[in-house]
Amino acid sequence: MRVWVPLDAAAKALGADEVAGALARDFDVTRNGTRGMIWLEPLVEVERDGIRYGYGPVEPDDVAGLVDVLRSGADHSLALGPVEDLPWMKAQKRLTFARVGVIDPLSVAEYEAQGGFAGLRRAIALGPEAIVDEVTQSGLRGRGGAGFPTGIKWKTVAGAKADQKYIVCNADEGDSGSFADRMLMEGDPLTLIEGMAIAGIAVGATRGYCYIRSEYPDAIRVMEAAITLAREEGMLGASVLGSAHAFDMEVRVGAGAYVCGEETSLLNSLEGKRGTVRAKPPIPALEGFLGKPTVVNNLISLGTIPWILANGGAEYAKLGIGRSKGTIPIQIAGNVKHGGLFEAAFGLTLDQIINEIGGGTASGRPVKAAQVGGPLGAYIPAKDFDVPFGYEELAGREGLLGHAGITVFDDSADMLKLARFAMEFCAVESCGKCTPCRIGSVRGVETIDRIAAGDADAIPVLTDLCNTMKWGSLCALGGFAPFPVMSALTHFPDEFSGRGTPRKEAAE
Amino acid sequence: MSHAAISADFSDRLDAIIALHKEREGPLLPILHDIQAEWDYIPEEAQPVIAAALGMTRAEVHGVVSFYHDFRDHPAGRHVLRLCRAEACQSMGADALADQVRAALGINFHETTPDGRLTLEPVFCLGLCACGPSAQMGDRLLGRANLAKVQKLVAEAGA
Repeated sequence: MRVWVPLDAAAKALGADEVAGALARDFDVTRNGTRGMIWLEPLVEVERDGIRYGYGPVEPDDVAGLVDVLRSGADHSLALGPVEDLPWMKAQKRLTFARVGVIDPLSVAEYEAQGGFAGLRRAIALGPEAIVDEVTQSGLRGRGGAGFPTGIKWKTVAGAKADQKYIVCNADEGDSGSFADRMLMEGDPLTLIEGMAIAGIAVGATRGYCYIRSEYPDAIRVMEAAITLAREEGMLGASVLGSAHAFDMEVRVGAGAYVCGEETSLLNSLEGKRGTVRAKPPIPALEGFLGKPTVVNNLISLGTIPWILANGGAEYAKLGIGRSKGTIPIQIAGNVKHGGLFEAAFGLTLDQIINEIGGGTASGRPVKAAQVGGPLGAYIPAKDFDVPFGYEELAGREGLLGHAGITVFDDSADMLKLARFAMEFCAVESCGKCTPCRIGSVRGVETIDRIAAGDADAIPVLTDLCNTMKWGSLCALGGFAPFPVMSALTHFPDEFSGRGTPRKEAAE
Repeated sequence: MSHAAISADFSDRLDAIIALHKEREGPLLPILHDIQAEWDYIPEEAQPVIAAALGMTRAEVHGVVSFYHDFRDHPAGRHVLRLCRAEACQSMGADALADQVRAALGINFHETTPDGRLTLEPVFCLGLCACGPSAQMGDRLLGRANLAKVQKLVAEAGA
């Protein structure tokens, strides 16, 4: 009998390796990616009569009592029923993550049986110009948060003349609250490789790099194994799937610098330099890695390309709202009852995401705010949760989509402390290239400390400083650090004023 | 290490690492990662050798080594325990957990226990944001961490 136990890092952190080891005595265990329902991990699945039934969360001590139940289908307190019928699964539109949790991530046969290679085959048949047209038509925008139209970027690189061009995948997913890149790499790495190969064919690039942060050792291992497989299968190499196109790629590992998620800093790091930001222009599309035309795309953007090519850009563009087309893998994190990854068309409100899908806080206390888009994203107060999830929609509320991670906080959150953390994080991670970020963040920490000590005169100083950082910084690190700070100050002013006298702790 | 650093053995191993990556595009980070995997830190003695091999100045190599949080200029304890300090874990009590762990181990972040067994480091996101607070030690990851789970992890590693 076949049993699945995820190899995803989150499942492992909750004991999946021990559970898999114990089940291997009685079953044929496949290690799959996670379905994204992290509160149910380790989620064990068993196939009976062609249907996959779920059990979770399974602790290693539960295994002995589960062995007979998995075989017979008898009642059990951890039984969840058919996994595909769970409300969390049924309510999603899984395009990018369609295979994650379903297949063995390193089985080419299962990958192909579930639609793998279809995008690449069609891309080869279409040729470079038509591929770029499909991507442009899809309306796909940068999933790292900048939201730049992917098709336009590709067209620029395709039109550049050079002896060598590159595809660089930004897998430096440093945002707290985000784990979509990690989940895709660990659960369906071949999708990313296929997307990068398509990008290579589209723009005439024969070499690619996937820059993965060092904090993701599991993802690095799975990606490297998948690249080896892809070479054996002819998806990578001198003749991609037997075509006239050559493309090969490798993994590069970061070294713990958050700023390397910024594309020019990433390119410097890839070249073996300090990860400092480059001034633009020149844009990386024209002068990128080693000065050559380079596509730098977020991992989720590249991972979505195979679906777009297989199904057509027009089909993708039918989903979403306004200028936010297609689906977005929403990562629901922090103090939330049902945390995980939920892929849906753009347009759900934060209220639907946090309170309905996420089930409110894990602590059972009221939701106070959610930080959307990572450490540089705004704190959105619960009263503004009617905002629809989209690039322009969030920008309209002085927020940002970022990498679509949402970190939920209950009413015990100390907003001044969180604002200080944002400035301190910026100070620690600043690459040092520009003054507003390097010095401004340090002064920001000091100014917030003055406010905390009861100096109300420091509040306008902080506002002014944030304005300088926002408009004067070279990249999004210094430029966006004011988002969490100003949103905390704007929406929770009481927590910044009158701090001179010892404050009562939030009622526990 | 400082004595072993100038040994022939050290030079041979260093040369082999450099030779393995030298022809790659952007070889410095892969070289530094391998050096740290070998010696657990980046020995200062290695820097001029790398600089000469890659046609860089010593200052440039030092600039890269010192830029990245991952690269250490001295060996860590035998085990490195990393506690996530980022927002998602904070929302689930990471600050309180950090206080408890520091008190239990008797060391602060970036410090090593007197017996050299364990170094405590902060980390900003392990991508385990839906099951925080999280921790990492070697290949082992910990979700929904609490003091008891962290102590068990440390004990099982023999740290």
